[in-house]
Amino acid sequence: MTTVPAGQRPQLIGDDARRFWSLVWTLAATEWKLRFYGSVLGYLWSLARPFAFFGVIYVVFTEIAKIGADIPNYGVYVLFSMVLFQFFGEATGGAVTSLVARENLLRKMRFPRLVIPLSTVTTALMNLGMTLVAVFLFAVISGVYPDWSWLQLPVLIALLGTLATGTGMILAPLYVRYRDVQPVWDVATQILFYASPILYVATMVPEDFRQAYMCNPIAAVLTQLRHAVIDPAAPTAAEVIGGTGWLLIPLAVTVVMLALGAGVFSREAPRIAENL
Amino acid sequence: MPEAASSPAQDALRASSAAADRPAAITVDGVSKTFRLPRQLYSTFKERALHPLRSREIDELRALDDVSITIPRGEFFGIVGRNGSGKSTLLKCLAGIYDADHGSIFVEGKLSPFIELGVGFNPDMTARENVLVNAVLLGLSRREARRRFDDIIAFAELEEFLDLKLKNYSSGMHVRLAFAVATQVDADVLLIDEVLAVGDAAFQRKCFDQFHRLKAAGRTIVLVTHDMKSVERFCDRAMLLERGKVIDIGEPQHIARAYNEINYGRLVHDTSDLRYGDHASAEVVDAWFERTLGERVDRVEQGDPLTLCMEVRFHAAVEEPIFGLTVRNQVGHSIFATRTDYRGIPSGSYATGDVIVVRVALECWLAPSEYQLTPWVGRTGATVEVLDLREDLKLLTVEGTGNSGGVVDAPHRWDIERR
Repeated sequence: MTTVPAGQRPQLIGDDARRFWSLVWTLAATEWKLRFYGSVLGYLWSLARPFAFFGVIYVVFTEIAKIGADIPNYGVYVLFSMVLFQFFGEATGGAVTSLVARENLLRKMRFPRLVIPLSTVTTALMNLGMTLVAVFLFAVISGVYPDWSWLQLPVLIALLGTLATGTGMILAPLYVRYRDVQPVWDVATQILFYASPILYVATMVPEDFRQAYMCNPIAAVLTQLRHAVIDPAAPTAAEVIGGTGWLLIPLAVTVVMLALGAGVFSREAPRIAENL
Repeated sequence: MPEAASSPAQDALRASSAAADRPAAITVDGVSKTFRLPRQLYSTFKERALHPLRSREIDELRALDDVSITIPRGEFFGIVGRNGSGKSTLLKCLAGIYDADHGSIFVEGKLSPFIELGVGFNPDMTARENVLVNAVLLGLSRREARRRFDDIIAFAELEEFLDLKLKNYSSGMHVRLAFAVATQVDADVLLIDEVLAVGDAAFQRKCFDQFHRLKAAGRTIVLVTHDMKSVERFCDRAMLLERGKVIDIGEPQHIARAYNEINYGRLVHDTSDLRYGDHASAEVVDAWFERTLGERVDRVEQGDPLTLCMEVRFHAAVEEPIFGLTVRNQVGHSIFATRTDYRGIPSGSYATGDVIVVRVALECWLAPSEYQLTPWVGRTGATVEVLDLREDLKLLTVEGTGNSGGVVDAPHRWDIERR
């Protein structure tokens, strides 16, 4: 019989992939279920926020500011992009406090530390899935019909999810050390909201800045979304940024965030429990 | 002929050499862990920016200092120590929750992932949901968790309360559920922090049986506790930690005694004039031996009736105090010990100024030798609080002609029969 070191160090991912994903799933599902627990209108409440906000925005921008008036299917676009951004905001905002919120688990149980921020992103993904059902319904009612190009949507969501995961992995351990990460990130999210084509479309950005503007991965994702899902006549992300090759920049930003997140998180992982 | 008694150190040696025959489940070699505690915790950027230099003042807390132990497979091992002695830190290092600074830890076999019962229980979910989620957290697959669900609930005896939210559970029910899930976990090594003191007597019995089953199945259990009762009842061996250092490893009774000594502010093995407790509310005034009522003696013949007596004066009102008497031999082993709470003897209520005499009558089957009597009075609360304990207060000499070589000469009968 051999004596094997049973990974006697706090783990980042662990050696049992099945356990890792089963933990991510269980924690995410529990969190998600609890959110709707005890409220009769649980699911409807989760829709109320994006739809109410959307209603206000729609009226303001089509009737008062007259920005959206000449954009085909402006309402569907605003709703789609808002829901996707809300997913990003929820995933990263949730990830920020996730480690501290799960303090009890982290200090009393051995499990791969990465499970925690990943489960937060997964919960947000589940919420997105639920919300998208209503959004699709709204799209069809508004005259935007399904097309093969809708298959790009999962890829776009995956890109956004990757960006959120990377960001979350950076923010979560930072928050353990510095509690002001949360307000800072709140402000940053708000800036990102206006710096992304949600209330407007990317083609409205002055041409001089457009390339720089599109380096924001969220801008690239939402622009492609407009082309693929809402209005096939709208330019693709590649066209707006000025060539497919240029798209490597927002992609690189996403990958770098993920790598940076993995680096920060794996550096902090062994000490998370004792710093809580 | 072997010596009648051995020293605690020899006991420890014997215990560990017996242990060495079995393969090790846990090997801890020279593990140290230091916590760096900033004197003032700067947890915001602003504070950090305002005090860039001051934040470097860091207190180093040596939580574990060169700890080495080997725990053989199938052993029930206790870790005891005062608050802050490093016992939970050691457990967390074993569990892979904390990262040790130095040294190495090897665990043979599958380690249970949790160190406390009911980790991850959510008060807003029903028992049913909590069991399934908890079982997955503890390492079972979803299918396995569902398969064992009935066993878990049956063990916890909570069939009727399955759909009750956990926040409506009593703490006893909570612990039963947690324990039931925990014992279903497939692990070769279980690490448990403070659990056994909860639950009613019947359930404790059940836990005890369950531990025996786990042990019989070759599982290794490491228990961290303050409760010397569970150490003496459950553990094969125990370790005493103090300020991160191993003070002693050995028989649970021996460790429990060492713990009590260290807990009441004395160094271990310091035997001169030991008195514990602040004797502010109750005081052991005197202790003596009697052969017949009122006849004080300090020598008795083997086989004589013997009464252990103590006089206690109360300086405050005390309800249901604990009276205890321990007889130890010359090498310090407790040969006979009794206390009212273990025996379920109602001890009464006393007011300031009361003076009482407590007597315990027995037959003197102690082997001819010298013995010391330790009388003590305590009070129950969350834990037992010793009000006054005067170690080795009174000397007794037992005389007799025959010495069989044992520590006690219990009354017995021979029967030799040819088959």
